[in-house]
Amino acid sequence: MSLLDKLDAVAAARKALLPEGIDVFGIPIEEVYSSTEAKIDDRRILFLGTNNYLGLTFSPACIQAAHDAIDNEGTGTTGSRMANGSYAGHRALEQEFADFYCCNSCVVFTTGYQANLATISGLAGAGDVVMIDGDSHASIYDGCRLSGAEIIRFRHNDMADLEKRLRRLGERSRSTLIIVEGIYSMLGDRAPLADIVSLKNTYNSTVLLDEAHSLGVLGETGQGLVEETGLIDEVDFITGTFSKSLGGIGGYCVSNHSQLDQLRYISRPYIFTASPTPATIASTRAALKLLQAGTELRRQLWKNAHQLYSRLSELGYQLGPEVSPVIATILDSPQQALALWKGLLDHGIYVNLILPPAAPEGKSLVRCSVSAVHSGEQMDYVGEIFAELREVIQ
Amino acid sequence: MASDYTEILQRLCHHLKKFCEPNVEITPETDLINQLAIDSVKLLNLIMEIEDEFDISVPLNALADVQTVHELANLIHRIKYTEQ
Repeated sequence: MSLLDKLDAVAAARKALLPEGIDVFGIPIEEVYSSTEAKIDDRRILFLGTNNYLGLTFSPACIQAAHDAIDNEGTGTTGSRMANGSYAGHRALEQEFADFYCCNSCVVFTTGYQANLATISGLAGAGDVVMIDGDSHASIYDGCRLSGAEIIRFRHNDMADLEKRLRRLGERSRSTLIIVEGIYSMLGDRAPLADIVSLKNTYNSTVLLDEAHSLGVLGETGQGLVEETGLIDEVDFITGTFSKSLGGIGGYCVSNHSQLDQLRYISRPYIFTASPTPATIASTRAALKLLQAGTELRRQLWKNAHQLYSRLSELGYQLGPEVSPVIATILDSPQQALALWKGLLDHGIYVNLILPPAAPEGKSLVRCSVSAVHSGEQMDYVGEIFAELREVIQ
Repeated sequence: MASDYTEILQRLCHHLKKFCEPNVEITPETDLINQLAIDSVKLLNLIMEIEDEFDISVPLNALADVQTVHELANLIHRIKYTEQ
């Protein structure tokens, strides 16, 4: 099969599965009205599939900071962090993240994907082992591949399974990096961090926790699962993203291990990517302040999450195992998922559609992401439409 | 050594039957992806079952060189008897 034949096969598979006349995985957003509303296909649409957990994308403070940065420093750095791409703002943001987590070191990256790629491939190498949850995000899988370390999966959130796999490694568990996520993006469930830390200590391994979906969402000040569980001193490395609760784009890694800074000299994704724009850094610095002070935003976020989860559960939808701002409706077939997704869009609600093989266990997902700034009326409307569409998937 | 391999092959074929159509014939030369239609997700789940069955760790990286049933049996044999 030639290079282009492979792409033709992809096109044929998409055509067989997806409806004509609508680009399910590339819908053009024609206009954005607010953190929760936009125009799609000439119609006003409610966003229920973004990761804008705290609704900060339209924060006046963040917008003003970005404007000022563009005025003062221009549109881009045009260079890598290792060359001319580390401005005072980049260093200041690293210090602010380190202070936020009460950690010694922080490295800021251009995307959250790159943060995992750079951190994992910088920490682990040939001869080491990376032990990853089966439901890990693609950036974790790709970081592991890039590292050259041996990749072992354990069953999602199954601690007996993790222990079995650590035990099999024998002495090699000492050079093993266990990688888990604060909130998993597919089903919205948390990692059992206390049990993971206990196993890490028993087997003398190292733990990396990706707080991409839990930063700003869990914990009193929004640090994530480490704060909710009180285990920040037990986790070796924390990665995360600016593109969800912080409303921008970028990523970070924090640690109390001083060796983290050495990633700047060996990690190829860090070295060979242009650094975040001044506007991104400035808006993220403003957003981080709002996130830390965002107790009321988190209260509203969780209120909305509980409301929607309860409503969908009452309606008989199969959902992820626990309440979180990521609320996944689990469907048996791609056709059911497509019908529900299209029905929601026809009623002016945009959610995420996830089909096999991206969804776990061969299922399909229609995934809602709740925001602190969704109004009570918007949540009620979503509940009404899900009720109306219940028969679509019977 | 040969009998170890044969036993592994038999146990592997038993596992593979759970991942494919009932009447498919499985031989050492059978191609896992093209003939048994074991996609990437099924393969990852199969590997977890194999790890438990043989009490070994199969790195995902090692699967890059595996295309047939024989190659997978060979990989399991190597890990089971030479690397652990």
